[in-house]
Amino acid sequence: MSRILIVAEHDGQALNLSVAKSVNCAQAIGGDIDIAVLGSGIDGIAAEAAALDSVSKVIAVDADHLAAPLAVNWAPEAVALADGYTHVLGPSSTLGRDLMPRIAALMGVNQVSDIMEVLGPHAFKRPIYAGNAITDVACAEDRTVVGTVRTASWKAVASGGGASVEQRPANGSAAGHTRYVGLKVEGGERPDLQSAARVVSGGRALGSEEKFNLIYGLADRLGAGVGASRAAVDAGYCPNDMQVGQTGKIISPDLYMAFGISGAIQHITGIKDAGTIVAVNKDGEAPIFEVADIGLVGDLFQVIPELEALLG
Amino acid sequence: MAEREIMEYDVIVVGAGPAGLSCAIRLKQLKPELMVAVIEKSSEIGAHILSGAVIEPEPLDRLVPDWRDDPPPICVPVERDEIWLLSEKKRYRLPTPPQQKNHGNIIVSLGAMCAWLANRAEALEVDIFPGYAAADIRFREDGSVGGVIIGDMGVGRDGQPKDSYVEGIEIHAPVTILGEGVRGHLSKQLIERFDLGRDADPQTYGIGMKELWRVQPGKSIPGLVQHTTGWPLDKNIYGGSFIYHLDKDRIALGFVCGLDYADPNFMPFEAFQQFKHHPMVRDLLEGGEILSSGARAISEGGYQSLPKTEMPGALLVGDSAGTLNVPKIKGTHQAMKAGMLAAEHIVETGAAEGFDAKLRDSEVVRELHKVRNIRPAFYKGFWRGFVRAAIETVTAGKLPTTLNIHADDTALRKLDEFTPPDRNWVERDLPPRDRLASVYFAATAHDEDQPIHLQILEPDVCTTRCVVEYGNPCTRFCPANVYEMVEDEAGESLQINAANCVHCKTCDIKDPYQIINWVTPEGGSGPNYQNM
Amino acid sequence: MKILVGIKRVVDYNVRVRVLPDGSGVDLDGVKMSVNPFDEIALEEALRIREAGKAEEVVVVSIGGDPVQQQLRTGLAMGADRAIQIKTDADLQPLGAAQAFLKIIEREEPGLVLLGKQAIDDDNSQTGQMLAALWGRPQATFASEVVLDGQSATVVREVDTGLETIEVDLPAVVTVDLRLNEPRFVKLPDIMKAKRKPLDVVPLDELGVDTASNVEVTGFSPPEQRGKGIMVEDASQLVQELKNRGLL
Repeated sequence: MSRILIVAEHDGQALNLSVAKSVNCAQAIGGDIDIAVLGSGIDGIAAEAAALDSVSKVIAVDADHLAAPLAVNWAPEAVALADGYTHVLGPSSTLGRDLMPRIAALMGVNQVSDIMEVLGPHAFKRPIYAGNAITDVACAEDRTVVGTVRTASWKAVASGGGASVEQRPANGSAAGHTRYVGLKVEGGERPDLQSAARVVSGGRALGSEEKFNLIYGLADRLGAGVGASRAAVDAGYCPNDMQVGQTGKIISPDLYMAFGISGAIQHITGIKDAGTIVAVNKDGEAPIFEVADIGLVGDLFQVIPELEALLG
Repeated sequence: MAEREIMEYDVIVVGAGPAGLSCAIRLKQLKPELMVAVIEKSSEIGAHILSGAVIEPEPLDRLVPDWRDDPPPICVPVERDEIWLLSEKKRYRLPTPPQQKNHGNIIVSLGAMCAWLANRAEALEVDIFPGYAAADIRFREDGSVGGVIIGDMGVGRDGQPKDSYVEGIEIHAPVTILGEGVRGHLSKQLIERFDLGRDADPQTYGIGMKELWRVQPGKSIPGLVQHTTGWPLDKNIYGGSFIYHLDKDRIALGFVCGLDYADPNFMPFEAFQQFKHHPMVRDLLEGGEILSSGARAISEGGYQSLPKTEMPGALLVGDSAGTLNVPKIKGTHQAMKAGMLAAEHIVETGAAEGFDAKLRDSEVVRELHKVRNIRPAFYKGFWRGFVRAAIETVTAGKLPTTLNIHADDTALRKLDEFTPPDRNWVERDLPPRDRLASVYFAATAHDEDQPIHLQILEPDVCTTRCVVEYGNPCTRFCPANVYEMVEDEAGESLQINAANCVHCKTCDIKDPYQIINWVTPEGGSGPNYQNM
Repeated sequence: MKILVGIKRVVDYNVRVRVLPDGSGVDLDGVKMSVNPFDEIALEEALRIREAGKAEEVVVVSIGGDPVQQQLRTGLAMGADRAIQIKTDADLQPLGAAQAFLKIIEREEPGLVLLGKQAIDDDNSQTGQMLAALWGRPQATFASEVVLDGQSATVVREVDTGLETIEVDLPAVVTVDLRLNEPRFVKLPDIMKAKRKPLDVVPLDELGVDTASNVEVTGFSPPEQRGKGIMVEDASQLVQELKNRGLL
């Protein structure tokens, strides 16, 4: 039977949603699921982890030198805890991608990055070539499986459990050669387009830079990031770092809402991995309706105000 | 401004197509100590090459005698020829004219073959430089051509240098060979500057659009060569299709329309897509997938339109001059022969002078002469053209008259002067849905932050005269949806989606006001054709 | 100081990658191969550091058969001083690649190792981190700014929540992200100069690394095609549908 250890991602204040998603992936593998929380002053975070469904145990390692999520410090701790586990998982966030390969190398194994589907305890599907091909990957059964979980592919498990929390002392001390200086949180209130869970996007149909405010307004109401089609950027309605598509950003939000975007293949390439695509367009023949999960043929200048009113 | 860095060669070849590469290889075979450079604007040899292509292997036998031991990657011997006349639903088999008898010929990917030729050229120590655009001619003080100037790279849309800026060098050589293919931008400049077209008819062109498909197993019959004419074109538009069956369940199919069409609302891309929906073609394609697509102009003027191919310091070879044989729809063997002849001439004389006479005396021009009246025969419509073409074929071009070639840009009729016929076009459902989708399969790439390489010399014309007289035909004849008339709060204006450009040169040719000037974008930009 | 830059030969980013109909792999027939774009950025950074006088030599290293020499020559044409080909026809997984690189590091003793954050073919994003682990040195991944100061470097990293700054003592491994710099174009004469720069071939066997992998790719399939979903009539139906799906 598998014994899975998930290394928890957190920001020192709260558990990251990626942990609940990683638990879901672990459920698909089957077996015991434990979570390791490394950090400093992490009682609250450990409790959050312990509340996740189907978690057996939370191991908390609380030490000053683990306060910052430096891979050089976290990796040896995780490796020390990994003894006896068949699987060690982390999220495919920047934290997970920085940390997990170091753990894998210290354990002498290769890593399965971006697990999107579990075929068995030692078989997975993962994307290559930016998702243009999917590979089946097999892992040797006599070695620990180290992997990162592709968060866009998994739903978060609910909270309702009550696992135990075990405190353990740190195994090592600070690696002197790496020092954390600080974190600057990006931009204003609006989430970054590349990593936002929700994105609202506008096309040339908006008609002007001023009218594009409709998109910003709805995005802010939804706490979403803002994107644009190439046509809108070319027309000068918004800056080009907002462009979503083949020559812009390739994103995979849980929810993507496209207003007045026709859905040329170049744009679809940028959103093909989105969770749910919503399209609003006056033209019922627009290609975006061929890939949208929810389509509404209508005038965005009417629909957006209606949505804002309904969202209250 | 500081002077540009200079490199020196004995011969510079502009364009790594069949003409340029054959020339380079031949030069090294005859005189290995020559320093030869080939400058190619595409990111990789073959990336801008698009052709059917059924080729006559004879020049290959001469240039690379052992080629059959190590043939180009896609090389399927022709097994059978079929010519079909199509109506909207039916098809009628026509007898195969001698020019279309392809026994002994091979179906190739010309792009893959050029990459294969380039390897052989490099083995002979030709210096090949893909990713660099010859942007301008370097003129000597006496006005002769003294080499080329490579385009600056890393220039922003506003014309200012970016972080990555690199100034283009000058390459000097006693002789420069222009192998740019149809409507080369440097060739166009030089033909005008040296008045090389003085004694010739205007050049006339066609647009060739092509798609490479992987079809359901069993549908492709390797070696089958099919051509069609008739539907979806009406009797006043010259053109037709090709379907070449390759190996590995692949089919290369395409459509050519003469650019001397009169209908201002005609859209060549749409005609190509309609053709694919004819029952005969649809059956072939259903369930398949597109691998690649693209377009390129072809030269159709032949003998009468051939300009003088020499000028002080430079030569025109291949379709930069226009050596394609229209009834055969083959230009590769001609381009290779012209390139090899140019090499032989340079080794013998060291200069451009005298090449034109040799070319006109050669099998290349003899072949053009024989079929010279076939294309212009179609100026009076399909059936009269068909009859005249048959006569010319039977008499092997020996009749004394020579019909004149007319220009394409003046052939377009104004909106109020033209009534289009009923085209009987159908609803479409095969991919690609539209030109934007088609462009996706051309994998064309241009850094958006660079000057727009489609220069509109009189921009007011678009929104004042053209919109009224012709209805902005550029928005229709461009196969890549580069030109769009957009309407927003500011009014109507021309939007140029330069990044979509596939470098086909149709706009430079067909624009009725001749105000579109295609110049080369940053080296490495443009299509990334694979196996086209 | 010497800087080592790892570069990988990958399918060019413009290529429309397709899975072969029999699922045995990706169709590489006639496709253009290039230097991994992130590795170009890594090399550009190394060249700028050398041009600023903080390093004397930039060495590009690649693992693969003889075709990778084409990419090494591109690196030399961009401005690297020397190239090393770790010659093998085996398709190395990241751990094996990291082990091979480590052997070269032991020979060359660089002060800094720069790699792209991931290769655009496998999208693994592992080699740099594994190399740092095996070497016992710092790792600074997804760098958008690198400032050297004597024996240490300050690196700004692009993370999900913003920009993180860390300080690492040299020697260290840095993997680079898109916004670090814009790589220079190669000047034509430099292509000619690159032909004369040294390119050493080191057979993989000579390095004595165990390249067996516990992870193996067993099949390829195309991505799932998105299909048409449902249509709603108006904004309230849309909101209801989103709520039903737990998205609002």
